[in-house]
Amino acid sequence: MIVVELSKVFRRPRTWVTIGLLCLLPTVVAVFLAVTDLAPRPGEGPAFLSAVLANGALFPAAALGIVLPLFLPVAVAVIAGDAVAGEASGGTLRYLLVRPVGRTRLLFAKLVSVMAFLVVAVTAVAGTAYVIGTRLFVPQPGSPAEVVTGLSGSTLSPAQLAWRTVLVILFISWSMLGVAAVALFLSTLTDSPLGAALGALAVLVTSQVLVTLDAAGSVKEYLPTRYWLAWVDFFRDPILWHDVRNGVVVQGAYAAVLLGLAWANFTTRDITT
Amino acid sequence: MTEDVIRTRGLTKRFGSVLAVDDVSLDVRQGDRYGFLGPNGSGKTTTVRLLLGLVFATSGTVELMGARMPGPGRAALADIGALIEGPAAYGHLSARANLALLDAAGPGGGRRTRRRRVDAALEQVGLDGVGRRPVKAFSLGMRGRLGLAGALLRTPRLLVLDEPTNGLDPQGIREVRDLLLELNRAGTTLFLSSHLLSEIESICTRVAVLQQGRVVAQDDVAAMRAPTGRVLVRTPDADLAVATLDGRVEHRDDDLIVVRHPSPPELAALLVGRGVRLTELREERRTLEEVVLALTGPGSDRVATRGHPS
Repeated sequence: MIVVELSKVFRRPRTWVTIGLLCLLPTVVAVFLAVTDLAPRPGEGPAFLSAVLANGALFPAAALGIVLPLFLPVAVAVIAGDAVAGEASGGTLRYLLVRPVGRTRLLFAKLVSVMAFLVVAVTAVAGTAYVIGTRLFVPQPGSPAEVVTGLSGSTLSPAQLAWRTVLVILFISWSMLGVAAVALFLSTLTDSPLGAALGALAVLVTSQVLVTLDAAGSVKEYLPTRYWLAWVDFFRDPILWHDVRNGVVVQGAYAAVLLGLAWANFTTRDITT
Repeated sequence: MTEDVIRTRGLTKRFGSVLAVDDVSLDVRQGDRYGFLGPNGSGKTTTVRLLLGLVFATSGTVELMGARMPGPGRAALADIGALIEGPAAYGHLSARANLALLDAAGPGGGRRTRRRRVDAALEQVGLDGVGRRPVKAFSLGMRGRLGLAGALLRTPRLLVLDEPTNGLDPQGIREVRDLLLELNRAGTTLFLSSHLLSEIESICTRVAVLQQGRVVAQDDVAAMRAPTGRVLVRTPDADLAVATLDGRVEHRDDDLIVVRHPSPPELAALLVGRGVRLTELREERRTLEEVVLALTGPGSDRVATRGHPS
């Protein structure tokens, strides 16, 4: 069933258009930076952009920083929101269930295919950004091989940079698990894929607003977007694990609760579409 | 021994305050061509969904091939092909790709023989020539055929078809009917749900009639269409015939007379004995349509305010 769901996701033109758009945004940013040489000052704008001009190998991290706040969650919410509700509104859900495909199995396969989309999308963004970054931002000849991240002056060797970028890909994929779980849960509640996606985005926007609000300080630590930017800490030397760990736990908790709710709802629901 | 492939007892489904299916008890036997009739909104589709485990019963039981649904009966679904409330497919994929996905989704069915199963199903419904065209370019009739092909994958023992000829042209309806009869001869039990009486009448041997969620009749078609006790006689010697049968003639329309008589052969012998030449003589039976309309009354999707005496 997982194979069937994966092939459905990756044979859909929409999936590739989404991934293409995700890759396009950082590319546009890179072209502007390269043409104008005007970097945002350190500490302003998306993370790492100021350091990218000196060394393009840092651009994958910067690119992920660009798509993370909005584009990536939107894409995930759309794909996950469509997972069950799309089949329900298209009428194919009833035919899958009477094949028969167990409801638990179907939901699990949907979750796996959403996560697969995430990893592919994030990896594609990082890969494109690496190619673009190293072409456009060539380090000055004679400059040291270490990369200056612009974060508390730490420097990283190319090998360190590579495996930390892999960690970032995994962490960001995991960070999206909360969004995916919200959207998947809503997707089992409604027959409207759009409704499920918008609902998940509404949750995100609320969380983003509350994170910046001092008055909401008491619940801040538990908001799903609180630790989204913790991946930046992977580029410190040594890595600051505290926020990363909290982020993993918070996302895991959201995913567990919401997927549990999705399962409880989906396995007992009347399918009337 | 004939086994019940579908058996429901006291099946009831309530959506909020609406009682959609009310105390329905059906018996569909192995090899039946079973018609499930009722006006729109009478609960046919909800009953089909209850049978297949898509909707959970408020009370009552469903058994498929002897196993309780939902639960152990779910395994029996693998032997059932279904068309529920119209076909559905992934529009961006071809008919072949759609069927391959459907085939891969269920249990059993090896990957190596998948292509052969898909080809066989497409050929059965007359879609073997559609090639790689995406389903979104299909006509309503082609979609209907594709839905049927999906139901026919893996040669099911029971076909549960809800309005199977919806969207088909007369030619297509005939092809589907012939296909269903052929499958039934080969041992497939048919359960057809429809509001089209003529369709049920031309295929089914047994029917249940649903009205506002309740079964108002379940019987063999032959029994439902019992003789009315009248005989239709067409003769060029109508005057002579009327004189002979004085008192038994209910109605005369030129050369056609309607006679109340219990036995058509005896009536024929009597008339021929008196020198009445016969063009046609046949027993009057009620059509299924008359039977069903008498049972169900006006269309239930008519939304008219009932007149209250003031």
